[in-house]
Amino acid sequence: MSEAVTKFLFGRLTLEAIPYHEPILLGTFAMVALGGIALVGALSYYKLWNYLWREWFTTVDHKRIGIMYLVLGTVMLLRGFADAIMMRLQQAIAFNGSEGYLPAHHYDQVFTAHGVIMIFFVAMPFVTGLMNYIVPLQIGARDVSFPFLNNFSFWMTTAGAILVMMSLFVGEFARTGWLAMAPLSGLDYSPDVGVDYYIWALQIAGVGTLLSGVNLIATIVKLRAPGMTLMKMPVFTWSALVTNVLIVAAFPVLTAVLALLGADRYLGTHFFTNEAGGNPMMYVNMIWIWGHPEVYILVLPAFGVFSEVVSTFSSKRLFGYTSMVYALIVICILSYLVWLHHFFTMGSGATVNSFFGITTMIISIPTGAKIFNWLFTMYRGRIRFELPMMWSIAFMLTFVIGGMTGVLLAVPPADFVLHNSLFLVAHFHNVIIGGVLFGMFAGINYWWPKAFGFKLDRTWGLVSFWSWVIGFWVAFTPLYIVGLMGVTRRLRTFEDPSLQIWFVIAAVGAGIIAIGIAAFLIQIAVSIRNREALKDVTGDPWHGRTLEWSTSSPPPDYNFAFTPVIHDLDAWDDMKAKNQMAPTQGWLDIHMPRNTGAGVILAGLSMIVGFGLIWHIWWMVGLGMLSVIGYAIFHSFDYDRDFNIPAAEVAATETARLKALAAAGA
Amino acid sequence: MAHSNPTAAAPMTEGATPIYWETEPHHHESGSSTMLGFWLYIMSDCLIFAMLFASWGVYGRSFAGGPTSHELFDLKLVAVNTALLLFSSITYGFAMIAAHEQRKSAALRWLLVTLLFGLGFLGIELFEFSELIHEGAGPGRSAFLSSFFALVGTHGLHVFSGSIWLVTLMVQVARKGLIPANVRRLECLSLFWHFLDVVWIGVFTFVYLLGSMAS
Repeated sequence: MSEAVTKFLFGRLTLEAIPYHEPILLGTFAMVALGGIALVGALSYYKLWNYLWREWFTTVDHKRIGIMYLVLGTVMLLRGFADAIMMRLQQAIAFNGSEGYLPAHHYDQVFTAHGVIMIFFVAMPFVTGLMNYIVPLQIGARDVSFPFLNNFSFWMTTAGAILVMMSLFVGEFARTGWLAMAPLSGLDYSPDVGVDYYIWALQIAGVGTLLSGVNLIATIVKLRAPGMTLMKMPVFTWSALVTNVLIVAAFPVLTAVLALLGADRYLGTHFFTNEAGGNPMMYVNMIWIWGHPEVYILVLPAFGVFSEVVSTFSSKRLFGYTSMVYALIVICILSYLVWLHHFFTMGSGATVNSFFGITTMIISIPTGAKIFNWLFTMYRGRIRFELPMMWSIAFMLTFVIGGMTGVLLAVPPADFVLHNSLFLVAHFHNVIIGGVLFGMFAGINYWWPKAFGFKLDRTWGLVSFWSWVIGFWVAFTPLYIVGLMGVTRRLRTFEDPSLQIWFVIAAVGAGIIAIGIAAFLIQIAVSIRNREALKDVTGDPWHGRTLEWSTSSPPPDYNFAFTPVIHDLDAWDDMKAKNQMAPTQGWLDIHMPRNTGAGVILAGLSMIVGFGLIWHIWWMVGLGMLSVIGYAIFHSFDYDRDFNIPAAEVAATETARLKALAAAGA
Repeated sequence: MAHSNPTAAAPMTEGATPIYWETEPHHHESGSSTMLGFWLYIMSDCLIFAMLFASWGVYGRSFAGGPTSHELFDLKLVAVNTALLLFSSITYGFAMIAAHEQRKSAALRWLLVTLLFGLGFLGIELFEFSELIHEGAGPGRSAFLSSFFALVGTHGLHVFSGSIWLVTLMVQVARKGLIPANVRRLECLSLFWHFLDVVWIGVFTFVYLLGSMAS
């Protein structure tokens, strides 16, 4: 084949892009390939493909989509954590002239991928998954406002995740750090495909995130059960509302800045270059205008989880509900006024730095109010130390430290010393692991029985809990210490041998966290095996207070056979107190959206467009684009998207549940 | 709306015992959240333009020794273009009036006029772009031109997408008539189309008018 034809067909994709000369990647690839073949084989052997496609991939049920998000987050957590272990190992051994085991080229990709994956493809899917599952149930709705878009959003997020995974074995990932700062991410310094993988993975996933934000806002605003005024909404739903407002207001900024970076790389523009009038600092500003709200997008749903958990397991109404809601809103607004604290050293001058330093410190006031409200909820409560409650208490202890180091970093002069150091790295892991991740584990342990009808195993849950909490502190306290001494982040080798002990301790901590992750997976496996013993037929295993606990576990497709009417905050607690259970007869037809494969197909086509763009395979881009547009138009001609669940079927489902309830009560 | 107004007080029976579960079937109006959802999408799109306007604010005079906006902009051409787009908004309005009155062929006629105005706008914009590129004032010449092409081009891309959507809707209205689902779709596109008009007024003012005064 002539060179021109090859170039036309494959763009800049050559055999060189397959990293067969790098033993670590080759080993990983072999493992992933074997695992993948085993998985595909098992699915084929048990003839599960049809089931998966029909019941899961094409589902528009918010509950199943929520679960798929959580699965995606868990799978990507393993990848992101593998990167973390590799970094800890490299830093623990690269002393006394040793180069460690990771070449610079590879190491730089590892820390970039770790950050990107953990934020976009672990924390975001976890958060979105929980909101998807819980919000409609908490507001007494049958589904979200736009069920098809929900499915599409999930698959766009997944398409982005697949592109990032692909970069492991086809080409390479960015070597720029998780925010791909310009001009390093420009064509001059990163001519390879790494940054392009970054751009297109995030653009495609970003579409999903944005649409899911729109969807959940519309759901919360429009589909609340009668009587549920805004100030009678469960706090988790409030946190979801605020989070999704943040998503809709922040993600377009990311889309815009990545598009401009893309224009610099693909069209030769000069937004963030060093010549022709470009200005890299513009990139830093723009990416952080998205980036700072993003951290609140992650942590606010976790705050919502803790509010539910603390109130439920203290058997008390949440202390200061109104102040909780206002705190959420204030945090939401303030999160847009602090972005510059990420680059005090840029040289904006004392006035600007003072403004952003002060706004940053002010955020600790509403956050502190929330902490006190949780403590006051526990005060004189009848506390049950179930797993979700333990995660919440560990969160309070851990997160407060992280918050305080955050306030410390908010002081501009201190930041000039600590900027870009491992102290900063320790700080944001402290709030993201101690806040977001602990929150997700609390949420998963709390709502698992709702989703599957049986509780999670306590013993393995405790192992996971203690390993995570202890592992976290062992891993990150040393980083605080060396960071304070001035060690900067993202270093591959070290000169000063006296530092080695700290990195060895940190590596041990990462090892303990690994046990925590393994225990979490074992906890799930063991619980599935013992599901009969752990079974809960009541649908309300924790004596919950909000509406999701009023229906069966798992809830039927339509969530509620009858729409609940709300008279008080903690609607389900109110119903139980007044003995107002759902009617047991008089079933009605229920109108529901129909499953569709359009989401998978559109996301798959978008992924192909992304791949073509990354490798400059222009025919693939053109064809892919045309297919996306064509298929979207074709799909819009399908007007028949709903169906009725007949009353008889509802009756059968509900009667079966009533029988089970009676049997359990007898 | 799927449920009765959630902000209203919860319904009570005559005996003042509060109702906790709705046992009556209620009317489902499908697509009730669509307009809110679409407004939210428009707001997010607005933010993309906000970033592009911000870029224009930063880079609009970074000529890097190349041609300036004063030298390049042809206000007469832009005036024609602006008129085309503004008229297309009016004609879309006429189409919506016809649609609400269930006058199908009138609605289709006005949609067609809107489409022609839109295509005219795109044609002139493409002509302008190609002239600029021929003069050596392409997007890679300076940050000023980068941000000009990004902002105006993104707007143009939106008009282009809107035009494809318009054609699709015309076919759907022609085939299925002005059923509620189609009227709702027309309303969404109407929002989108007027939104592009509003953005264009910003582009016209900040990019072309103020830009042509820069030296």
